[in-house]
Amino acid sequence: MTGLVAVRLRPADLARVASVGLRTRRLRAALSALGIAIGVGAMVAVLGLSASNQAGLLAEIDRLGTNLLTVQNGQSLIGDKAELPVQAPAMIGRIASVTQVAATAGLSATVYRSPLIPSVQTSGLQVQAASVDLLPAVGTTVAQGRYLNAATEREPVVVLGAQAASRLGIDRVFPGERVWLGGQWFYLVGILRPAALAPEIDHSVLVGFDAAKRHLGFDGHPTEVYVRADTAAVAAVQSLLAGTADPEHPDQVDVSQPSAALEARAKAKGALTGLFLGLGAVALLVGGVGVANIMVISVLERRSEIGLRRALGARRSQIRAQFLSEALLLSLFGGAAGVLLGALATAIYASTQGWAIVIPALGWAGGLGAALGIGAIAGLLPAIRAARLSPTEALRTA
Amino acid sequence: MSAPVLELERAARTYPGEPPVEALRGVTFAVLAGELVAVVGPSGSGKSTLLHLMGTLDRPTAGRVSVTGLDIAKLSDPDLAALRASRIGFVFQQFHLAEHSSALENVADGLLYGGVAAPERRARAAEALDRVGLSHRATFRPSKLSGGERQRVAIARALVGRPAIVLADEPTGNLDSAAGVAILELLKDLHRDGATIVVVTHNHDLAAELPRRVEVLDGRIVADGRPA
Ligand SMILES: Nc1ncnc2c1ncn2[C@@H]1O[C@H](COP(=O)(O)OP(=O)(O)OP(=O)(O)O)[C@@H](O)[C@H]1O
Ligand SMILES: [Mg+2]
Repeated sequence: MTGLVAVRLRPADLARVASVGLRTRRLRAALSALGIAIGVGAMVAVLGLSASNQAGLLAEIDRLGTNLLTVQNGQSLIGDKAELPVQAPAMIGRIASVTQVAATAGLSATVYRSPLIPSVQTSGLQVQAASVDLLPAVGTTVAQGRYLNAATEREPVVVLGAQAASRLGIDRVFPGERVWLGGQWFYLVGILRPAALAPEIDHSVLVGFDAAKRHLGFDGHPTEVYVRADTAAVAAVQSLLAGTADPEHPDQVDVSQPSAALEARAKAKGALTGLFLGLGAVALLVGGVGVANIMVISVLERRSEIGLRRALGARRSQIRAQFLSEALLLSLFGGAAGVLLGALATAIYASTQGWAIVIPALGWAGGLGAALGIGAIAGLLPAIRAARLSPTEALRTA
Repeated sequence: MSAPVLELERAARTYPGEPPVEALRGVTFAVLAGELVAVVGPSGSGKSTLLHLMGTLDRPTAGRVSVTGLDIAKLSDPDLAALRASRIGFVFQQFHLAEHSSALENVADGLLYGGVAAPERRARAAEALDRVGLSHRATFRPSKLSGGERQRVAIARALVGRPAIVLADEPTGNLDSAAGVAILELLKDLHRDGATIVVVTHNHDLAAELPRRVEVLDGRIVADGRPA
């Protein structure tokens, strides 16, 4: 029985002891924490921006409506393009819960600015016949001029998708503007805004169904039908579409939900995110080396403090805990500052883009965790060295 | 008289090296509770080595050192630390005060590793500061204190845990003679109040003031003058 009782430091006392180095050498502590802050900040910002961007895209998709379904002609048994029946849009319109139906039909005609010099590269453009109710169905509006209506859809006039207009070098609708289409002049009446859910419309030059029949030899078979259904009944409608569009060959009909594809793409992590995360990790590692460096110097400089603490009754383990906690505290401050910086950067950028601000838990918790992990590794060796110092060695001056 | 607080039996300390340095070559002596002892000797005679052994900061390479009846060879590092925290107080020539802390906080740190809660540490530190006559400097940082005042703070820190023994290594070594005399008077005062104190010094005049002088030369005790 020695009558000696080993007592632990209270947490508040450990915190005070661990912060001595930081309180007395503030600039140095701040600079070494900065390295950690930059690393963590970069990681949080990358994750925050990609999550906010995704939230923005999903909100945009939501705004456009997830109740749009498309019906396309698929492949026939011998591998040709199959044909949708002429009455497919009308049949689909009879399904309960279907609220809107519109159709387009791809035509083989080509389009140029002028018959003499087909100078503009227009190979990516698709001439399509389009029904007059197309716009609300695909969720876009007119940017300039007007869309086709019951009167103009019989006439040789065109409406340009957003991309098609810029390909043709047309940015304004003015009286007399025309394009050379299928061997004759068609007058321009309107330009559309981008249709996010139906990007094929953006690349299209649209003419009325009747005009296509009259001037371009169109046979009346649609190639794509756009269907809006009650949101609650989308799945049910989707299952009925193929059979309704072509009761004889339902297997030659492709049905899809454009918003689902967009959502899947929005949710897929960008390749760049991984790259920037890697850069953030490298910065964090460099910050950790900085912390380790500072801790080694700190232990060398504070030998007499270590000796004094041993004389006052500190155990080796308490000296070790002091310096390890100091390194942890340093990286925790750096990590917290980094999370704040990263969150701030995300918040500022997301709000300029009109996205919701999303900081994923993986970002801030992972950032703090990584900072603490790095701090523990960086502090371990200096702490062990401090604890190994014999009291007399530590107290010896000069 | 009471049991020895400190006992050395043929304690030796050889520092390894080429050639090894025999800093202490078998020292036997004891300090009883309530004594005030001067360990005096020329530079390099082994006084600090002796003080480190007495304070359990170092272990003897041969012989035995006991503090309050405990053989330090049988104690682990945590036990030695607890022994220093509760039963030994140190005063150093270089004061070893924390520059960023007030006098009061420096004194309170004397209780840090003894498991005393912060409010009580401060209360007892205030008492100890009062005892060394520095109540009016409690909030001062060491850099704002004179050398003599700094050493008083260090003495208060050594005393605050009411240790069984206080070990002072050249406590007046960094002070002018007036301040040195004042520190000596303070130590004598504390001794009169019952404290057990060992003062290591190379200054014979200073040692002459103390009731018992142990003279060290080349790692050996050459004289142990007890008061008559
Ligand atoms: N860590 C060490 N390693 C090697 N030799 C040492 C060590 N510490 C002390 N010595 C040697 O041991 C001898 C005694 O040293 P010590 O410090 O005990 O003397 P001292 O009496 O305190 O001297 P001073 O009055 O100068 O402080 C000296 O010769 C010194 O060089
Ligand atoms: Mg000495």
